[in-house]
Amino acid sequence: MAKAMVIDDSRAIRMILGRTLSQHGYEVSTAGNGREALELLNAAPSSPNLVLVDWNMPEMNGLEFVKAFRADPKYSDVPLMMVTTETEIDQMVRALEAGANEYVMKPFTDEIIADKLRVLGLIQ
Amino acid sequence: MQTLSKMPPASSAGLSPDNYTFLQQYLYRESGIVIDCGKSYLLESRLLPIIKAENLSTINDLCRLLRATAPPALKTKVIESLTTNETLFFRDSNVFDALEKSVLPQLIEAKNDIKRINIWSAAASTGQEAYSLAILLAERGLTGWSIQVLGTDLNQQVLDRAAQGRYLQIEVNRGLPAKYLVKHFTRVGLDWQLSPTIRSMVKFRQLDLRASMRGMAPFDLVFCRNVLIYFDVDTKKKILAEIRSTMRSGSLLVLGAAETTLNLDDNYVRVPHGAAAFYRLP
Ligand SMILES: C[S@@+](CC[C@H](N)C(=O)[O-])C[C@H]1O[C@@H](n2cnc3c(N)ncnc32)[C@H](O)[C@@H]1O
Repeated sequence: MAKAMVIDDSRAIRMILGRTLSQHGYEVSTAGNGREALELLNAAPSSPNLVLVDWNMPEMNGLEFVKAFRADPKYSDVPLMMVTTETEIDQMVRALEAGANEYVMKPFTDEIIADKLRVLGLIQ
Repeated sequence: MQTLSKMPPASSAGLSPDNYTFLQQYLYRESGIVIDCGKSYLLESRLLPIIKAENLSTINDLCRLLRATAPPALKTKVIESLTTNETLFFRDSNVFDALEKSVLPQLIEAKNDIKRINIWSAAASTGQEAYSLAILLAERGLTGWSIQVLGTDLNQQVLDRAAQGRYLQIEVNRGLPAKYLVKHFTRVGLDWQLSPTIRSMVKFRQLDLRASMRGMAPFDLVFCRNVLIYFDVDTKKKILAEIRSTMRSGSLLVLGAAETTLNLDDNYVRVPHGAAAFYRLP
């Protein structure tokens, strides 16, 4: 089963995204910020197949997470999507340059997430 | 985008069977769209804003008005409310993957001598399909080429929106790869505006697909997606035949994922490109 990690400081968002991804066949684990996510990932036996990450979070924000995640060669090809309230083009460019593959602006719907998974070639 | 389910149902007297048939025939005559039985809720919820705006009390009153002497503006509003305009950027990733990886490179190679490509987005709705094609071609950096995308639709209201090239956040969130959003759009308040470069590649004009298409520029690529499903077999056949008259040998037709030329028009040859089907005119 493909594995996804959802990183967001809002429990409600983690639940909604988790539910959407499990509908698309993912086994989902969650973290409340970037640091917690890195710890969980490093302790896991294998790399995830997809990461969804918020921007504004305590301890380690989404952009810092993306940089740290991409710095590790074993994660260089893992599809990563930012899901955030940041809607400035400059921010989006920074996220993409840091290694995000896709970007979703909140508020989102299940359909928007599914469309983006299609853009990433992860679902039909 | 229409959110039918969120609208309250029309109050008081429901649509009478007689008026149901009248609306079915009316829509069929004006657009070719076939509405099956049992879609009262759909008709009522979509026509409710018009009923209110015209100070009528029920959908049956609206039918009475339409049966008598409907002013052309009202007629247009009714038809526009009853068409489904849902669309999104890069709809059906199989098709756009195929375009990017094989179809467009082959087309560009074939047209390298004349450096001209004509594309038609029939049933363009609010323009996302036409602009997605323009973006893919712009990404190829074809300097010195003449590239034209024509978008047509029955509904003038959606075409007016398309021509503005301005989209809501929820619309650019859907299907549009982020790398194209940052490159080809700017933010205007809460909306997103397409760049003049992309907009200059696309023109929009009104066209009923049931009308004659003689005299339309020969197209290299025709997109007619997610509209044939609304028509009956005879209308589908007629449209597929007319579309052929706008193509040249080797041109490709693209249909929606649930549509086919099979059993409708034997003149097209189905050519798979990856997971998508294209229909070639031999
Ligand atoms: C669901 S949209 C499809 C948009 C786009 N091609 C896509 O696949 O995303 C269908 C469009 O067909 C248009 N349409 C319906 N009947 C038509 C007709 N007789 N001639 C031209 N367009 C028509 C509607 O106005 C609507 O915008």
